[in-house]
Amino acid sequence: MLTPTPLAKVFARFRVSWAVAEGCDLPATQPHLVNSMHNFTPLSAAIGGTLVGLAVALLMLTTGRIAGISGIVHGLISNAGGKSWRPAFVAGLVLAPLIAKLVGFTMPMPQIPASWVVTAGAGLLVGFGTRLGGGCTSGHGVCGIARLSLRSIAATLIFMGTAMVVVAIVRHGPAG
Amino acid sequence: MQLLASLLCGFVFGCGLLVSGMVSPTKVLGFLDVLGDWDPSLAVVMAAAVTVTRAGFEIARRRGRPFLTKKYEWPTKTRIDAPLAFGAVVFGLGWGLAGLCPGPAVVNLATRSPQVLVFVAAMLTGMALHDLWRRGRTSAPHARGVTPAKADG
Repeated sequence: MLTPTPLAKVFARFRVSWAVAEGCDLPATQPHLVNSMHNFTPLSAAIGGTLVGLAVALLMLTTGRIAGISGIVHGLISNAGGKSWRPAFVAGLVLAPLIAKLVGFTMPMPQIPASWVVTAGAGLLVGFGTRLGGGCTSGHGVCGIARLSLRSIAATLIFMGTAMVVVAIVRHGPAG
Repeated sequence: MQLLASLLCGFVFGCGLLVSGMVSPTKVLGFLDVLGDWDPSLAVVMAAAVTVTRAGFEIARRRGRPFLTKKYEWPTKTRIDAPLAFGAVVFGLGWGLAGLCPGPAVVNLATRSPQVLVFVAAMLTGMALHDLWRRGRTSAPHARGVTPAKADG
């Protein structure tokens, strides 16, 4: 059997990454990739991350605002003073997969591996926690770290560390 | 114009989450699962996003003022205090349980997944509960000078 060239490997990984992103079954002819790559999709991650960064930078450059999603979503339900830019931003978020679908990129149905009660509880925790802590993965994790804010770096380490502990307990704990 | 800019930024942000696969709770949980088959993709997404954001913010600072508004609204808080730490822990608990944070949750609304609808409804409720709780504390007779926090993001 021919050994794949490095370039071919990269290309194959890219295909796998799209397959994962699109929720397709992985190609059965490339099981070695599935086992060796641990689902890591660096290329699509780098492209997607760049787009996120562009969006955050553009919002600051044009409107002078921080693209923190939890803050923006919170603005929808609080009397944040007639700022309709927030609904516009949220509309853009929801439009993304709808327009992507038109060009053939179908978003997979999300699978939350939790019961209804746990899903609702998780939503409550995310809503309450992001307001108490003043930000989420975007406001602290992207904007804050880019500003080298120690406050945001601390928040990111704490919420990421906590989430990792939760997953470790759920998946690898005594009951998992 | 501001509305159009915000809409466009939301759209590009959503495309980024979509392309990177970060809209998938499975993918995000793969990153959080450090003891399992660890998937570092989320770290790459964040590194790329932070790098581009940093460059953009640098340009913004040099320009003096935004294109469409009078001034930049940079976050002003710098203290690492108890609300920040507790809030981050609470958020982390929810994030780890569902694999969804606010951005991907909103983008996922487009799929009309019942699970996501429940999650987002609960998230909004959590935010409202926080506001109620804070209002209760600030309007209490012996409130210790607690002022509503100006959010970072």
